[in-house]
Amino acid sequence: MTEAVVRPSRLSLFIANFLAVPSAVIALSVFVAIALAALFAPLIAPQNPYDLMTVDIMDNLLPPGEQGYSGMTHWLGTDGQGRDMLSAMLYGLRISLLVGLASGLIALVVGTMVGLIAAFRGGWVDAVLMRIVDLQLSFPTILVALILLVILGRGVDKIIFALVVVQWAYFARTVRGVALVESARDYIEAARGLRLGSLRIVLLHVLPNCLPTMLVVATMQMAMAISLEATLSFLGLGLPPIRPSLGLLIANGFDYLQSGRWWISVLPGVVLLVLIVSVNILGDRLRDILNPHLRT
Amino acid sequence: MQALLVLFVMTVLVFFGVNVVGNPVYIFASSECTQACLNAIIADLGLDRPVYEQYFVFLGNLLQGDLGRSFTHGVPAIGLIWERLPATLELAFAALVLALVVGLPMGVYAGLRPQSPLSRIFMGFSMISFSVPVFWIGLILILVFSVRLGWLPAIGRGDLVEVLGIQVSFLTLDGLRHLALPTLTLSLVMMAMVIRLTRAGMREVLHADYIKFARANGIPERRVVGVHVMKNILIPIVTVLGMEFGGVIAFAVVTESIFSWPGVGKMLIDAISVLDRPLIVAYLIFVVVMFVALNLLIDILYSLLDPRVRVGAGAR
Repeated sequence: MTEAVVRPSRLSLFIANFLAVPSAVIALSVFVAIALAALFAPLIAPQNPYDLMTVDIMDNLLPPGEQGYSGMTHWLGTDGQGRDMLSAMLYGLRISLLVGLASGLIALVVGTMVGLIAAFRGGWVDAVLMRIVDLQLSFPTILVALILLVILGRGVDKIIFALVVVQWAYFARTVRGVALVESARDYIEAARGLRLGSLRIVLLHVLPNCLPTMLVVATMQMAMAISLEATLSFLGLGLPPIRPSLGLLIANGFDYLQSGRWWISVLPGVVLLVLIVSVNILGDRLRDILNPHLRT
Repeated sequence: MQALLVLFVMTVLVFFGVNVVGNPVYIFASSECTQACLNAIIADLGLDRPVYEQYFVFLGNLLQGDLGRSFTHGVPAIGLIWERLPATLELAFAALVLALVVGLPMGVYAGLRPQSPLSRIFMGFSMISFSVPVFWIGLILILVFSVRLGWLPAIGRGDLVEVLGIQVSFLTLDGLRHLALPTLTLSLVMMAMVIRLTRAGMREVLHADYIKFARANGIPERRVVGVHVMKNILIPIVTVLGMEFGGVIAFAVVTESIFSWPGVGKMLIDAISVLDRPLIVAYLIFVVVMFVALNLLIDILYSLLDPRVRVGAGAR
């Protein structure tokens, strides 16, 4: 009797690979914890920082651990308007994550389409598209985003748009590269031999094989988007001040920093740092697993 | 030729983009200003003509090296840029030097002994400085070194010395103290990049045949690393740093506004907040020109460092 060869599925292999590195596991748990905290912010936050009824201006600038007038203990202190820092940070996280995810996803879709079109049309379409990508990439992201926001004004939708504009080119270039490599492979040749439609080949055969690389780029880009949004908000260009993201919270605290009230700036910064570092570690690990040849 | 085309496209984009924003007239007009007074201001600023005409006037002036007048300062915008530029360049160069002086040895060490604990610390440091937003590093540095410890000032340039008609602050003790925090802030990202590039280059080059050969020839390790390895890893580092230098000047926008460093970056943020359009446009055109020039410079440096490029070009 022959024993059935138990072959681990690709997914379980992937998971086992991922879990082999402790730093990646820690990064993943931290990221999940932060994401959950942001998702359930209205349930766990001690105060609704946007609700002016619950915010008391008399409670402003309390250091961490101090009790407010209403008897509530502000474990992380309060800011200049008397908002509980813990609550403000939880709500701020939502905005930072939303901006990062939304801009990353839209840029992913746009970039992937452009990259696939460039790879499969070839010729002048490819040349023109890639020239635009080169042009886009030759300018520092922060500068392009800054200018766009000057033109567009403030708002969540506007900052997402600006971030998409600076990010899509990375995806386009990467996807084009991978798609070109893939389409030279034998299985694509075989699909062509079967006279499958080119749209079908692109979407069903080439695209799935581009996914791992895209996932890696998307993770890295999300970290960058969160950081960029914070920077732009800090400069006073990103989001409207009523609903502060982490970057805006840090900016608000900057005014109080000189007088030694450190918690307003430092605490949101720590959260931001932890978030970005954990996403970056995840991205690094994904890259090592999914395409070993990309290792630096 | 292509560079010129890029320049042209950018002038159009930038000019039309910026001119859709807001209405600067209301900033200048006092509240009791009548319609006639408003019209006078509009005519004075050249805003009464159609946008495309404004553009051609702008382009014509641009070709003569005139980038328009700043609305708020009432002086030519290009003059303001030249005036502010030395401060930014000083900061950017100081950051570049710091990144190389600190980052290169770290990267070399991490490349030679990839498993040692110190190398891991260096790589972790590089990872973190890559991730942290620049402005937050600046805040923490201010908090630690100027608010808590009171060692270093957080604002301005300090005492200036004039060298060849340019004001610099790195030659006075006070100026150096003012330079320290912004430089460190700005250089961290570059430093992280230098560490990574150097380490990656080291690991690649150390396995090359000519290094084995040099070692087999009994050339001392110091010389192998210092001359033979270094020569080969410098090429990618110079390329990337050259390209990044433009990015550094762009990121100086953030650093300068935190430390109130009176450079072009701070000027841009101030101009944006009052919608000083000619100044914004002038700054952008200036940055584009600088980028094109930088790329040219990198190509030249490249051929100096890598003789193969020169030979290849000559043979073609």
